[in-house]
Amino acid sequence: MSLSVKHLLGIRDLQRQDIELIFQTADQFKEVLQRPIKKVPTLRDTTIVNLFFENSTRTRISFELAEKRLGADTINFSASGSSVSKGETLIDTVNNILSMKVDVVVMRHSASGAPHFLSRHIQVPILNAGDGINEHPTQALLDAFSIREKLGTVEGKKVAICGDIMHSRVALSNIYCLKKLGAEVTVVGPPTLIPKHMAAALGVNVSYNIREALQWCDVANVLRIQLERQNTPLFSSLREYSLAYGVNRQLLDSLNKEILIMHPGPINRGVELDSDVADSGQSIILDQVENGVAVRMAALYLLAGKKQELV
Amino acid sequence: MKTILNGKQLAITIDRLCHQLIENHLQFENTVLIGLQPRGIYLGDRIYETLKKLLPGTIIHYGKLDITFYRDDYNKGKTLHVPSETNINFSIENKKVVLIDDVLYTGRTIRSALDAMLDFGRPASVELLALIDRRFSRQLPIQPDYTGRTIDALISQKVRVLWEQRDGKDEVILVD
Repeated sequence: MSLSVKHLLGIRDLQRQDIELIFQTADQFKEVLQRPIKKVPTLRDTTIVNLFFENSTRTRISFELAEKRLGADTINFSASGSSVSKGETLIDTVNNILSMKVDVVVMRHSASGAPHFLSRHIQVPILNAGDGINEHPTQALLDAFSIREKLGTVEGKKVAICGDIMHSRVALSNIYCLKKLGAEVTVVGPPTLIPKHMAAALGVNVSYNIREALQWCDVANVLRIQLERQNTPLFSSLREYSLAYGVNRQLLDSLNKEILIMHPGPINRGVELDSDVADSGQSIILDQVENGVAVRMAALYLLAGKKQELV
Repeated sequence: MKTILNGKQLAITIDRLCHQLIENHLQFENTVLIGLQPRGIYLGDRIYETLKKLLPGTIIHYGKLDITFYRDDYNKGKTLHVPSETNINFSIENKKVVLIDDVLYTGRTIRSALDAMLDFGRPASVELLALIDRRFSRQLPIQPDYTGRTIDALISQKVRVLWEQRDGKDEVILVD
Protein backbone atom coordinates (compact mmCIF):
# COMPACT_ATOMS: atom_id res chain seq x y z
CA MET A 1 0.00 0.00 0.00
CA SER A 2 1.33 3.45 -0.84
CA LEU A 3 0.22 7.01 -1.50
CA SER A 4 -1.53 7.76 -4.77
CA VAL A 5 0.61 10.89 -5.25
CA LYS A 6 4.33 11.35 -5.89
CA HIS A 7 4.53 14.67 -4.07
CA LEU A 8 2.61 16.04 -1.11
CA LEU A 9 1.76 19.43 -2.54
CA GLY A 10 -1.67 19.86 -1.01
CA ILE A 11 -4.60 18.04 0.50
CA ARG A 12 -6.63 18.82 -2.61
CA ASP A 13 -4.64 16.19 -4.56
CA LEU A 14 -5.07 13.45 -1.94
CA GLN A 15 -7.67 10.71 -1.77
CA ARG A 16 -9.37 9.83 1.49
CA GLN A 17 -7.42 6.55 1.62
CA ASP A 18 -4.15 8.48 1.34
CA ILE A 19 -5.09 10.49 4.42
CA GLU A 20 -6.10 7.35 6.27
CA LEU A 21 -2.81 5.65 5.30
CA ILE A 22 -0.88 8.65 6.63
CA PHE A 23 -2.85 8.49 9.90
CA GLN A 24 -2.35 4.73 10.22
CA THR A 25 1.39 5.17 9.72
CA ALA A 26 1.49 8.17 12.09
CA ASP A 27 -0.15 6.06 14.81
CA GLN A 28 2.87 3.77 14.76
CA PHE A 29 5.34 6.66 14.67
CA LYS A 30 3.58 8.17 17.65
CA GLU A 31 4.32 4.94 19.53
CA VAL A 32 7.98 5.26 18.47
CA LEU A 33 8.03 8.78 19.95
CA GLN A 34 6.94 7.41 23.34
CA ARG A 35 9.92 5.02 23.56
CA PRO A 36 13.10 5.67 25.54
CA ILE A 37 14.94 5.73 22.20
CA LYS A 38 12.74 7.84 19.95
CA LYS A 39 14.56 7.10 16.74
CA VAL A 40 14.32 4.47 14.01
CA PRO A 41 16.81 3.79 11.20
CA THR A 42 14.19 3.70 8.42
CA LEU A 43 15.55 6.55 6.25
CA ARG A 44 19.23 6.07 7.04
CA ASP A 45 20.14 6.14 3.33
CA THR A 46 18.04 9.24 2.59
CA THR A 47 19.09 12.89 2.48
CA ILE A 48 16.37 15.49 2.90
CA VAL A 49 16.74 19.20 2.24
CA ASN A 50 14.55 21.71 4.05
CA LEU A 51 14.20 24.65 1.69
CA PHE A 52 12.67 27.46 3.69
CA PHE A 53 12.26 30.53 1.51
CA GLU A 54 9.97 32.02 4.16
CA ASN A 55 10.48 32.34 7.91
CA SER A 56 9.29 29.50 10.08
CA THR A 57 10.17 28.20 13.51
CA ARG A 58 7.82 25.45 14.58
CA THR A 59 7.24 23.86 11.16
CA ARG A 60 10.96 23.78 10.37
CA ILE A 61 11.85 22.33 13.77
CA SER A 62 9.03 19.80 13.51
CA PHE A 63 10.21 18.66 10.07
CA GLU A 64 13.84 18.53 11.13
CA LEU A 65 12.98 16.49 14.20
CA ALA A 66 10.82 14.14 12.13
CA GLU A 67 13.65 13.64 9.64
CA LYS A 68 16.24 13.01 12.34
CA ARG A 69 13.98 10.57 14.16
CA LEU A 70 13.65 8.65 10.90
CA GLY A 71 17.42 8.43 10.68
CA ALA A 72 17.68 10.68 7.58
CA ASP A 73 20.48 13.14 6.86
CA THR A 74 19.18 16.70 6.70
CA ILE A 75 20.32 19.92 5.11
CA ASN A 76 18.74 23.23 6.04
CA PHE A 77 18.46 26.12 3.66
CA SER A 78 17.05 29.54 4.38
CA ALA A 79 16.68 32.21 1.75
CA SER A 80 18.16 35.02 3.81
CA GLY A 81 21.91 35.21 3.29
CA SER A 82 21.78 32.75 0.37
CA SER A 83 22.33 33.18 -3.35
CA VAL A 84 18.60 33.87 -3.70
CA SER A 85 19.32 37.37 -2.42
CA LYS A 86 21.87 37.68 -5.28
CA GLY A 87 19.14 36.98 -7.83
CA GLU A 88 19.44 33.21 -8.32
CA THR A 89 16.28 31.56 -9.65
CA LEU A 90 14.32 28.97 -7.70
CA ILE A 91 15.13 26.19 -10.15
CA ASP A 92 18.85 27.02 -10.15
CA THR A 93 18.93 27.00 -6.37
CA VAL A 94 17.14 23.70 -6.15
CA ASN A 95 19.08 22.03 -8.97
CA ASN A 96 22.35 22.99 -7.32
CA ILE A 97 21.21 21.42 -4.10
CA LEU A 98 19.90 18.32 -5.85
CA SER A 99 23.25 17.88 -7.60
CA MET A 100 24.56 17.05 -4.16
CA LYS A 101 22.38 13.90 -4.28
CA VAL A 102 19.41 14.95 -2.21
CA ASP A 103 16.49 12.49 -2.14
CA VAL A 104 13.54 14.51 -0.79
CA VAL A 105 12.70 18.23 -0.75
CA VAL A 106 10.68 19.90 2.00
CA MET A 107 9.77 23.38 0.86
CA ARG A 108 8.16 26.49 2.26
CA HIS A 109 7.69 29.50 0.01
CA SER A 110 5.81 32.77 0.23
CA ALA A 111 4.50 32.36 -3.32
CA SER A 112 1.40 30.20 -3.75
CA GLY A 113 2.12 27.37 -6.19
CA ALA A 114 5.92 27.47 -5.84
CA PRO A 115 6.21 23.76 -4.94
CA HIS A 116 3.80 22.85 -7.78
CA PHE A 117 6.05 24.76 -10.20
CA LEU A 118 9.11 23.01 -8.82
CA SER A 119 7.47 19.58 -9.08
CA ARG A 120 7.35 20.00 -12.85
CA HIS A 121 11.11 20.49 -13.01
CA ILE A 122 12.67 18.12 -10.52
CA GLN A 123 12.37 14.37 -10.08
CA VAL A 124 12.58 13.91 -6.30
CA PRO A 125 9.49 13.94 -4.03
CA ILE A 126 8.49 17.40 -2.78
CA LEU A 127 6.69 17.98 0.48
CA ASN A 128 4.95 21.33 0.71
CA ALA A 129 5.57 22.94 4.10
CA GLY A 130 3.33 25.89 3.25
CA ASP A 131 3.05 27.95 0.06
CA GLY A 132 1.73 31.49 0.26
CA ILE A 133 -1.99 31.55 0.97
CA ASN A 134 -2.55 28.25 -0.84
CA GLU A 135 -1.97 25.10 1.24
CA HIS A 136 -0.16 23.76 4.29
CA PRO A 137 -0.95 20.04 3.99
CA THR A 138 0.97 18.63 6.96
CA GLN A 139 -0.66 21.17 9.30
CA ALA A 140 -4.10 20.06 8.12
CA LEU A 141 -3.14 16.41 8.51
CA LEU A 142 -1.89 16.91 12.05
CA ASP A 143 -5.00 18.94 12.89
CA ALA A 144 -7.32 16.19 11.66
CA PHE A 145 -5.12 13.54 13.30
CA SER A 146 -5.44 15.42 16.62
CA ILE A 147 -9.24 15.61 16.26
CA ARG A 148 -9.36 11.88 15.49
CA GLU A 149 -7.17 11.18 18.51
CA LYS A 150 -9.35 13.22 20.89
CA LEU A 151 -12.81 12.45 19.50
CA GLY A 152 -12.21 8.98 18.05
CA THR A 153 -13.14 9.99 14.52
CA VAL A 154 -13.36 12.99 12.22
CA GLU A 155 -16.39 11.68 10.33
CA GLY A 156 -19.54 13.55 11.29
CA LYS A 157 -17.78 16.03 13.59
CA LYS A 158 -18.55 19.73 13.37
CA VAL A 159 -15.49 21.94 13.03
CA ALA A 160 -15.48 25.75 13.07
CA ILE A 161 -12.46 27.40 11.50
CA CYS A 162 -12.30 30.87 13.02
CA GLY A 163 -10.60 34.09 12.02
CA ASP A 164 -8.51 35.14 9.05
CA ILE A 165 -9.74 32.63 6.49
CA MET A 166 -8.72 34.68 3.47
CA HIS A 167 -5.00 34.69 4.17
CA SER A 168 -4.75 31.26 5.71
CA ARG A 169 -3.22 28.28 3.92
CA VAL A 170 -4.06 26.32 7.06
CA ALA A 171 -7.75 27.08 6.59
CA LEU A 172 -7.80 25.90 2.97
CA SER A 173 -5.90 22.67 3.66
CA ASN A 174 -8.06 22.03 6.74
CA ILE A 175 -11.25 22.45 4.73
CA TYR A 176 -10.07 19.96 2.08
CA CYS A 177 -8.89 17.49 4.70
CA LEU A 178 -11.91 17.67 7.01
CA LYS A 179 -14.39 17.48 4.12
CA LYS A 180 -12.61 14.44 2.66
CA LEU A 181 -12.83 12.75 6.04
CA GLY A 182 -16.56 13.47 6.33
CA ALA A 183 -16.62 16.37 8.80
CA GLU A 184 -18.92 19.38 8.60
CA VAL A 185 -17.05 22.67 8.37
CA THR A 186 -18.09 26.24 9.15
CA VAL A 187 -15.77 29.15 8.52
CA VAL A 188 -16.38 32.11 10.79
CA GLY A 189 -14.86 35.57 10.84
CA PRO A 190 -15.38 39.14 9.66
CA PRO A 191 -16.91 39.35 6.15
CA THR A 192 -13.75 41.08 4.93
CA LEU A 193 -11.65 38.03 5.89
CA ILE A 194 -13.83 35.36 4.25
CA PRO A 195 -13.64 34.97 0.46
CA LYS A 196 -17.03 35.63 -1.15
CA HIS A 197 -17.55 32.39 -3.04
CA MET A 198 -16.10 30.08 -0.39
CA ALA A 199 -19.38 28.40 0.57
CA ALA A 200 -20.26 27.46 -3.01
CA ALA A 201 -16.73 26.52 -4.06
CA LEU A 202 -15.74 24.40 -1.08
CA GLY A 203 -19.03 23.22 0.39
CA VAL A 204 -18.58 24.86 3.77
CA ASN A 205 -20.96 26.92 5.89
CA VAL A 206 -20.13 30.57 6.39
CA SER A 207 -20.89 32.48 9.56
CA TYR A 208 -20.06 35.96 10.70
CA ASN A 209 -21.09 35.28 14.29
CA ILE A 210 -18.47 33.62 16.48
CA ARG A 211 -20.92 32.74 19.28
CA GLU A 212 -23.27 30.94 16.88
CA ALA A 213 -20.40 29.04 15.28
CA LEU A 214 -18.98 27.94 18.62
CA GLN A 215 -22.43 26.90 19.84
CA TRP A 216 -22.73 24.70 16.74
CA CYS A 217 -19.29 23.06 16.67
CA ASP A 218 -17.44 20.22 18.42
CA VAL A 219 -14.05 21.70 17.60
CA ALA A 220 -12.93 25.30 17.09
CA ASN A 221 -9.73 25.76 15.10
CA VAL A 222 -8.77 29.36 15.81
CA LEU A 223 -6.42 30.97 13.29
CA ARG A 224 -3.89 33.74 13.61
CA ILE A 225 -4.65 37.15 12.21
CA GLN A 226 -2.02 37.48 9.48
CA LEU A 227 -1.35 41.19 9.44
CA GLU A 228 1.80 40.62 7.38
CA ARG A 229 -0.31 39.40 4.46
CA GLN A 230 -2.78 42.29 4.53
CA ASN A 231 -1.82 45.11 2.18
CA THR A 232 -4.72 47.25 3.31
CA PRO A 233 -6.42 46.98 6.71
CA LEU A 234 -9.42 44.64 6.58
CA PHE A 235 -10.78 45.49 10.03
CA SER A 236 -10.54 48.64 12.07
CA SER A 237 -8.30 47.55 14.91
CA LEU A 238 -6.98 44.48 16.70
CA ARG A 239 -8.96 45.58 19.76
CA GLU A 240 -12.19 45.61 17.79
CA TYR A 241 -11.35 42.25 16.20
CA SER A 242 -10.66 40.78 19.61
CA LEU A 243 -13.96 42.06 20.98
CA ALA A 244 -15.99 40.74 18.05
CA TYR A 245 -14.15 37.51 17.15
CA GLY A 246 -11.72 36.74 19.97
CA VAL A 247 -12.25 33.40 21.75
CA ASN A 248 -12.16 34.02 25.48
CA ARG A 249 -13.17 32.22 28.68
CA GLN A 250 -16.36 34.21 29.16
CA LEU A 251 -17.56 33.31 25.68
CA LEU A 252 -16.75 29.60 26.11
CA ASP A 253 -18.39 29.42 29.54
CA SER A 254 -21.58 30.92 28.14
CA LEU A 255 -21.94 28.06 25.62
CA ASN A 256 -22.88 25.41 28.21
CA LYS A 257 -20.93 22.81 26.24
CA GLU A 258 -17.35 21.62 26.06
CA ILE A 259 -15.58 22.13 22.74
CA LEU A 260 -12.00 21.40 21.74
CA ILE A 261 -9.83 24.44 21.04
CA MET A 262 -7.11 24.24 18.41
CA HIS A 263 -4.64 26.75 17.01
CA PRO A 264 -1.86 26.16 14.47
CA GLY A 265 0.38 28.74 16.16
CA PRO A 266 1.94 31.12 16.69
CA ILE A 267 -0.84 32.58 18.84
CA ASN A 268 -1.52 36.28 19.07
CA ARG A 269 -2.50 36.01 22.74
CA GLY A 270 -5.30 38.36 23.63
CA VAL A 271 -6.27 38.89 19.99
CA GLU A 272 -7.82 35.74 18.45
CA LEU A 273 -7.34 33.63 21.59
CA ASP A 274 -7.05 34.54 25.27
CA SER A 275 -4.37 32.93 27.43
CA ASP A 276 -6.89 31.38 29.83
CA VAL A 277 -8.36 29.49 26.87
CA ALA A 278 -5.08 28.65 25.11
CA ASP A 279 -3.64 27.17 28.31
CA SER A 280 -6.84 25.46 29.49
CA GLY A 281 -7.78 21.78 29.54
CA GLN A 282 -9.99 22.36 26.51
CA SER A 283 -7.00 23.36 24.42
CA ILE A 284 -5.19 20.66 22.43
CA ILE A 285 -2.63 23.06 20.98
CA LEU A 286 0.38 21.23 22.46
CA ASP A 287 -1.06 17.88 21.35
CA GLN A 288 -1.13 19.33 17.83
CA VAL A 289 2.56 20.19 18.11
CA GLU A 290 3.41 16.70 19.40
CA ASN A 291 1.32 15.01 16.72
CA GLY A 292 3.01 17.18 14.09
CA VAL A 293 6.25 15.22 14.40
CA ALA A 294 4.51 11.83 14.06
CA VAL A 295 2.41 12.97 11.09
CA ARG A 296 5.45 14.47 9.33
CA MET A 297 7.41 11.26 9.96
CA ALA A 298 4.57 9.36 8.31
CA ALA A 299 4.41 11.70 5.32
CA LEU A 300 8.19 11.56 4.83
CA TYR A 301 8.25 7.76 5.20
CA LEU A 302 5.50 7.31 2.62
CA LEU A 303 6.93 9.87 0.19
CA ALA A 304 10.54 8.75 0.45
CA GLY A 305 9.32 5.26 -0.43
CA LYS A 306 8.19 6.72 -3.74
CA LYS A 307 11.66 7.85 -4.77
CA GLN A 308 12.43 4.54 -6.47
CA GLU A 309 9.53 5.11 -8.84
CA LEU A 310 10.67 8.63 -9.67
CA VAL A 311 14.36 8.13 -10.50
CA MET B 1 -0.27 -27.46 -2.25
CA LYS B 2 0.87 -29.79 0.54
CA THR B 3 -0.13 -29.85 4.19
CA ILE B 4 2.84 -29.69 6.53
CA LEU B 5 0.83 -29.58 9.77
CA ASN B 6 -2.91 -30.07 10.13
CA GLY B 7 -4.91 -28.48 12.95
CA LYS B 8 -4.31 -31.32 15.43
CA GLN B 9 -0.59 -31.54 14.65
CA LEU B 10 -0.30 -27.74 14.99
CA ALA B 11 -1.92 -27.85 18.44
CA ILE B 12 0.43 -30.64 19.56
CA THR B 13 3.43 -28.73 18.19
CA ILE B 14 2.46 -25.56 20.05
CA ASP B 15 1.96 -27.59 23.21
CA ARG B 16 5.41 -29.12 22.83
CA LEU B 17 7.02 -25.73 22.24
CA CYS B 18 5.38 -24.44 25.43
CA HIS B 19 6.74 -27.36 27.44
CA GLN B 20 10.21 -26.72 26.04
CA LEU B 21 9.91 -23.08 27.13
CA ILE B 22 8.84 -24.14 30.62
CA GLU B 23 11.82 -26.51 30.87
CA ASN B 24 14.20 -23.66 30.18
CA HIS B 25 12.42 -20.75 31.88
CA LEU B 26 10.52 -22.42 34.76
CA GLN B 27 8.27 -19.72 36.29
CA PHE B 28 8.99 -16.93 33.77
CA GLU B 29 9.91 -14.38 36.47
CA ASN B 30 12.76 -13.06 34.32
CA THR B 31 11.45 -14.05 30.93
CA VAL B 32 9.31 -12.07 28.49
CA LEU B 33 7.69 -13.19 25.25
CA ILE B 34 7.60 -10.98 22.15
CA GLY B 35 5.56 -11.91 19.07
CA LEU B 36 6.67 -10.40 15.77
CA GLN B 37 4.12 -8.53 13.69
CA PRO B 38 2.27 -9.17 11.55
CA ARG B 39 2.01 -12.98 11.49
CA GLY B 40 4.15 -14.07 14.43
CA ILE B 41 1.62 -12.62 16.86
CA TYR B 42 -0.90 -15.38 16.08
CA LEU B 43 1.63 -17.97 17.22
CA GLY B 44 2.62 -15.67 20.10
CA ASP B 45 -1.02 -15.42 21.22
CA ARG B 46 -1.36 -19.23 21.20
CA ILE B 47 1.89 -19.76 23.08
CA TYR B 48 0.90 -17.13 25.65
CA GLU B 49 -2.57 -18.63 26.17
CA THR B 50 -1.20 -22.18 26.42
CA LEU B 51 1.49 -21.16 28.92
CA LYS B 52 -1.14 -19.43 31.08
CA LYS B 53 -3.14 -22.68 31.15
CA LEU B 54 -0.05 -24.78 31.92
CA LEU B 55 1.16 -22.39 34.63
CA PRO B 56 -1.99 -21.06 36.31
CA GLY B 57 -1.44 -17.97 38.45
CA THR B 58 1.90 -17.17 36.82
CA ILE B 59 2.39 -13.67 35.49
CA ILE B 60 3.84 -13.88 31.99
CA HIS B 61 4.75 -10.73 30.09
CA TYR B 62 3.84 -10.86 26.41
CA GLY B 63 4.32 -8.04 23.91
CA LYS B 64 4.01 -7.44 20.18
CA LEU B 65 6.76 -5.92 18.09
CA ASP B 66 6.54 -4.44 14.59
CA ILE B 67 9.81 -4.31 12.65
CA THR B 68 8.70 -2.30 9.59
CA PHE B 69 10.86 0.72 10.41
CA TYR B 70 13.93 -1.49 10.88
CA ARG B 71 13.75 -3.48 7.64
CA ASP B 72 16.71 -3.46 5.28
CA ASP B 73 14.48 -3.54 2.20
CA TYR B 74 12.65 -0.24 2.77
CA ASN B 75 11.51 1.10 -0.62
CA LYS B 76 13.17 -1.78 -2.47
CA GLY B 77 9.88 -3.52 -3.27
CA LYS B 78 6.94 -2.45 -5.41
CA THR B 79 4.91 -1.17 -2.47
CA LEU B 80 5.79 0.07 0.97
CA HIS B 81 5.26 -2.02 4.07
CA VAL B 82 2.43 -0.66 6.21
CA PRO B 83 3.44 -0.76 9.86
CA SER B 84 1.48 -2.74 12.45
CA GLU B 85 1.07 -2.04 16.14
CA THR B 86 3.92 -2.35 18.60
CA ASN B 87 2.83 -2.95 22.17
CA ILE B 88 5.52 -3.68 24.74
CA ASN B 89 4.31 -2.25 28.05
CA PHE B 90 7.01 -3.79 30.23
CA SER B 91 10.76 -3.46 30.57
CA ILE B 92 13.01 -5.90 28.74
CA GLU B 93 16.10 -4.63 30.59
CA ASN B 94 18.09 -7.65 31.87
CA LYS B 95 15.24 -10.00 30.94
CA LYS B 96 15.44 -13.22 28.96
CA VAL B 97 13.55 -12.39 25.77
CA VAL B 98 11.92 -15.05 23.61
CA LEU B 99 11.18 -13.76 20.12
CA ILE B 100 8.33 -15.61 18.42
CA ASP B 101 7.69 -15.82 14.69
CA ASP B 102 5.76 -18.22 12.51
CA VAL B 103 8.28 -18.92 9.74
CA LEU B 104 12.07 -18.50 9.84
CA TYR B 105 13.33 -18.14 6.29
CA THR B 106 16.19 -15.79 5.31
CA GLY B 107 16.74 -14.49 8.85
CA ARG B 108 16.38 -10.85 7.79
CA THR B 109 13.16 -10.33 9.75
CA ILE B 110 14.87 -11.57 12.91
CA ARG B 111 17.86 -9.30 12.24
CA SER B 112 15.45 -6.35 12.06
CA ALA B 113 13.62 -7.59 15.15
CA LEU B 114 16.86 -7.67 17.14
CA ASP B 115 17.53 -4.04 16.15
CA ALA B 116 13.97 -2.98 17.02
CA MET B 117 14.02 -4.85 20.32
CA LEU B 118 17.28 -3.26 21.45
CA ASP B 119 15.59 0.17 21.25
CA PHE B 120 13.46 -0.95 24.19
CA GLY B 121 16.39 -1.93 26.42
CA ARG B 122 19.28 -4.34 26.86
CA PRO B 123 18.05 -7.86 27.54
CA ALA B 124 20.08 -10.46 29.42
CA SER B 125 19.65 -12.90 26.54
CA VAL B 126 17.53 -13.45 23.45
CA GLU B 127 16.12 -16.72 22.17
CA LEU B 128 14.19 -17.40 19.00
CA LEU B 129 11.12 -19.60 18.69
CA ALA B 130 9.90 -20.39 15.17
CA LEU B 131 7.00 -22.63 14.23
CA ILE B 132 8.56 -23.51 10.86
CA ASP B 133 12.28 -23.40 10.13
CA ARG B 134 13.06 -23.32 6.42
CA ARG B 135 16.65 -24.44 6.85
CA PHE B 136 19.24 -24.01 4.08
CA SER B 137 17.49 -20.72 3.13
CA ARG B 138 19.31 -18.47 5.54
CA GLN B 139 21.00 -15.29 4.32
CA LEU B 140 22.19 -14.32 7.80
CA PRO B 141 23.76 -16.36 10.63
CA ILE B 142 20.54 -16.73 12.64
CA GLN B 143 19.16 -20.01 13.99
CA PRO B 144 16.12 -20.82 16.15
CA ASP B 145 16.37 -22.11 19.71
CA TYR B 146 12.90 -23.71 19.57
CA THR B 147 11.51 -25.15 16.33
CA GLY B 148 8.06 -26.55 15.63
CA ARG B 149 8.92 -28.26 12.37
CA THR B 150 11.98 -28.07 10.11
CA ILE B 151 11.33 -28.25 6.39
CA ASP B 152 13.33 -28.16 3.16
CA ALA B 153 11.51 -26.28 0.44
CA LEU B 154 12.36 -24.79 -2.95
CA ILE B 155 12.85 -21.02 -3.11
CA SER B 156 9.84 -20.86 -5.43
CA GLN B 157 7.64 -22.50 -2.80
CA LYS B 158 5.90 -20.56 -0.03
CA VAL B 159 5.00 -21.67 3.48
CA ARG B 160 1.60 -20.38 4.64
CA VAL B 161 0.52 -20.65 8.27
CA LEU B 162 -3.26 -20.43 8.61
CA TRP B 163 -4.92 -19.54 11.91
CA GLU B 164 -8.45 -20.21 13.03
CA GLN B 165 -9.14 -16.61 14.13
CA ARG B 166 -7.89 -15.12 10.85
CA ASP B 167 -8.26 -17.80 8.18
CA GLY B 168 -11.01 -20.01 9.59
CA LYS B 169 -8.77 -23.04 10.24
CA ASP B 170 -5.45 -24.03 11.76
CA GLU B 171 -3.06 -25.46 9.18
CA VAL B 172 0.45 -25.07 7.78
CA ILE B 173 0.72 -25.57 4.04
CA LEU B 174 3.41 -25.55 1.38
CA VAL B 175 2.31 -23.70 -1.77
CA ASP B 176 4.03 -24.21 -5.16
